[in-house]
Amino acid sequence: MIHSSLTQLGAALRAKKISSVELTQSYLDRIAQLNPKLNAFITLNPEMSLAQAREADTRFASGKVGALTGIPIAQKDIFCAKGWLTTCGSKMLHNFVSPYDAHVISQFNNAGAINLGKTNMDEFAMGSSNETSHYGAVKNPWDTTRVPGGSSGGTAAAVAARLCAAATGTDTGGSIRQPAALCGISGLKPTYGVCSRYGMIAFASSLDQAGPMGRSAEDLALMLNVMAGFDERDSTSLQRDKEDYARDLNKPLTGLRIGLPKEFFAEGMGADVAKAVEAALAEYKKLGAVIVDISLPNSKLSVPVYYVLAPAEASSNLSRFDGVRYGYRAPEYGDLADMYEKSRAQGFGAEVKRRIMIGTYVLSHGYYDAYYLQAQKIRRLIAQDFTEAYKHCDVIMGPTSPSTAFKLGEKGDDPVQMYLSDIYTIAVNLAGLPGMSIPCGFGANDMPVGLQIIGNYFDEARMLNVAHQFQLATDWHSRTPNL
Amino acid sequence: MQWEIVIGLEVHTQLSTNTKIFSGASTAFGAEPNTQADAVSIALPGVLPVLNKGAVERAIKFGLATGSHIAPRSVFARKNYFYPDLPKGYQISQFDLPVVGKGALTIQVEPLSGNAKPYEKTVRITRAHLEEDAGKSVHGDSQGVTGIDLNRAGTPLLEIVSEPDMSSASEAVAYAKALHTLVRWIGICDGNMQEGSFRCDVNVSVRKPGAPLGTRREIKNLNSFKFMQQAIDYEVQWQIDTIENGGKVQQATILFNPDNGETRAMRSKEDAHDYRYFPDPDLLPLEISNEWIEQVRATLPELPQAKQSRYVNDLGLSAYDASLLTASREMADFFEAALSAVPSQAKICANWLIGEVSAQLNRDGLDMAQCPITAQQLGGMLARIADGTISNSGAKEVFRTMWAEGGSADAIIEAKGLKQVSDSGAIEALVDEIIAANADKVAEYRSGKDKLFGFFVGLAMKASKGKANPAQLNDILKKKLEG
Repeated sequence: MIHSSLTQLGAALRAKKISSVELTQSYLDRIAQLNPKLNAFITLNPEMSLAQAREADTRFASGKVGALTGIPIAQKDIFCAKGWLTTCGSKMLHNFVSPYDAHVISQFNNAGAINLGKTNMDEFAMGSSNETSHYGAVKNPWDTTRVPGGSSGGTAAAVAARLCAAATGTDTGGSIRQPAALCGISGLKPTYGVCSRYGMIAFASSLDQAGPMGRSAEDLALMLNVMAGFDERDSTSLQRDKEDYARDLNKPLTGLRIGLPKEFFAEGMGADVAKAVEAALAEYKKLGAVIVDISLPNSKLSVPVYYVLAPAEASSNLSRFDGVRYGYRAPEYGDLADMYEKSRAQGFGAEVKRRIMIGTYVLSHGYYDAYYLQAQKIRRLIAQDFTEAYKHCDVIMGPTSPSTAFKLGEKGDDPVQMYLSDIYTIAVNLAGLPGMSIPCGFGANDMPVGLQIIGNYFDEARMLNVAHQFQLATDWHSRTPNL
Repeated sequence: MQWEIVIGLEVHTQLSTNTKIFSGASTAFGAEPNTQADAVSIALPGVLPVLNKGAVERAIKFGLATGSHIAPRSVFARKNYFYPDLPKGYQISQFDLPVVGKGALTIQVEPLSGNAKPYEKTVRITRAHLEEDAGKSVHGDSQGVTGIDLNRAGTPLLEIVSEPDMSSASEAVAYAKALHTLVRWIGICDGNMQEGSFRCDVNVSVRKPGAPLGTRREIKNLNSFKFMQQAIDYEVQWQIDTIENGGKVQQATILFNPDNGETRAMRSKEDAHDYRYFPDPDLLPLEISNEWIEQVRATLPELPQAKQSRYVNDLGLSAYDASLLTASREMADFFEAALSAVPSQAKICANWLIGEVSAQLNRDGLDMAQCPITAQQLGGMLARIADGTISNSGAKEVFRTMWAEGGSADAIIEAKGLKQVSDSGAIEALVDEIIAANADKVAEYRSGKDKLFGFFVGLAMKASKGKANPAQLNDILKKKLEG
């Protein structure tokens, strides 16, 4: 059962071949067995999960069911879920039990899905290896000496190890796509504004976007159907008609124009990654697609632009964690300033502090124009590059990450090397475009390689179609690690 | 040696919306601490602001009422600083692109000293911007513990900034009062200064005529016009003394202590924060269409200045009366409602309001809104004066009764028998009797002692028990005496 797709699980539940309680329990058992090895979850609450499962089973009796009713879904610990410890991977929120549900969480609850647990993540989603989590690093299920990627590393590891049917992630600069690539699963970051950010703990507000992570494009479509939707509590949520993201899955790809940005295939990409991506493109040609050469001339500036804008927003977003109203407060302090300083010094980890300092610096009087304003201008140029490119192609493809999963601790001392692992994904967030990663083979050390598919605004259904057709023709997405 | 005083004001007006500027929590004053602090007011992780349109409409009203530019596009920015009553660690405000731009307010200045005459002055408005109020820190617990009350956090404010156009405390107070009248007049602020709905920061500097602007000090949070007067007087003298004694004024934020009438520096420029303003990525730019402006304009009441010129030009009132009648919206509304009962008697109506009604309110310590008689009651009485049913002295009796006991003019006239005798036959009979009984005085009168006319009027009034219509009595008496 744990290897079934969401469609299969849904059918089995509706046919009463299995109950939601049984399914949930079987995942909980598997988590109990494997999580100690992987550290994919921060919080489990079998009682609450099973209570939801019992409720779902009564829904089957009454017939009011949707595609995800009764199916156990793991939630990245960045989403506030009522009654659940919600830490965002930080000591700062080690004791924060959320009194409310994020919009995404309530969408799952309304659909009758089961919250299976809260997955591990880089602290406040700042990291590309999951090593910045206060709750310990997550291990890659394909090789537990390696990182799963980040920041949605717990989710990626849980899906890859089949500890849940599917799970949520968030993506600010690649945090869904890069761990999906490194763990050999599928992940989709929708167009900015498709999923409400309400209740999703903010890292960089203008870049953050929630999205599904799962074992196939088809699963992602069913997940996104639940997650997407306008929410008046998020002013940047987009008011659009509800759409069925699975509607185009079975369209043929004949004549599909795939744009290859020459900048993505230049120096920096590992030969093993290049080989797998080339093979995937060859497969697409067999499926009837045509390759178009394009250029994204400003994309090389993505990393520096991102490391001005994201820390700037983060430095302000994280100011609310001050020890006054909730979360961590230093046990001993002198005056007010001392309480702030000690609580924040002890509550935040090194990477978070580094980004708060960068962000504070670039917003400071006298530096704002040179950094923040300049970065905003380049951000617009990066977005314009994509607009220009989409005049010539339907989707853009390339590698998700320049390398396969690296060793735990390998880049810990070198933040810049770590930042460069998101070099192909960041431009997509800066432009607000949808991007996804699907497994396309294995590279060095038999570690998975991800193919990135970038779509035009609101073109998620087409991207899922493009990914699904590839997954019908290949079986990379069905491979599982040997645990 | 002459000094020139330069004053500019920043006025924080709490806007009269039922809910907060970025959430649905109530803004009512005086509730138990933190009972009006919802998830957004507390700044729980993951919550987001949603702009209250009612606050924007009030800003538009203010812009229209002061002939100010209303920005088609303005931007909310984050003002970053740490304080326990600022839950997010930043205040959402507007910085370089405020909703209201340049405008002006014409004020009547009544100099407090000397025999100088009242004069008119126009104060330029620099800008007005929307922002959220902070919560309150409640100090003074015996254990030295500070409490935080977040009920006020997120209350909408319109901060109205003037040019440094005022050159005396009287002008500053006149401007503040005019602004206070205006915001209540257009219904955007309740103007309650005790509850902090209308708070003034005053920037003061002095210079020699023709010299460049001196260094200013900002007196914070003045919540009464009396204190404003005192604070400015003290501060101006302090600055002059400082300079004349060879010292230099340092830029500073200062507080006024009403107990000793002195100002005291709170922080100097060296402690000034770097607020690291940047556009709030959680809120879209505020766009205001011409249509929206016109919709708001349609709801705007006739403004004080327009009313004044109408009262002078159409109703024939003096400019002085017109300004008194438009001192508040309640006064003008009362006047117009009473006048509708006696449309041709504007002067009498004005006299009664400015005279008896105002005096009586003053004696009873009431304001117009608490007036025990209605405009309809007063209008009913004025109608009886106009049609000759009661004399002026009878009217005073009616008014006293009405004020103390209520009731309509007609009922009081009836109950107290105040109706004038306007029956010419009855008056003639009465006059005949008096002439017959006072033959000697009649002879004296007829021989040229005109002054005796008053003697006859007195007798006749006495005989009628004060009810004879005076005009009629005069006519008949004159006719009969001339014989």
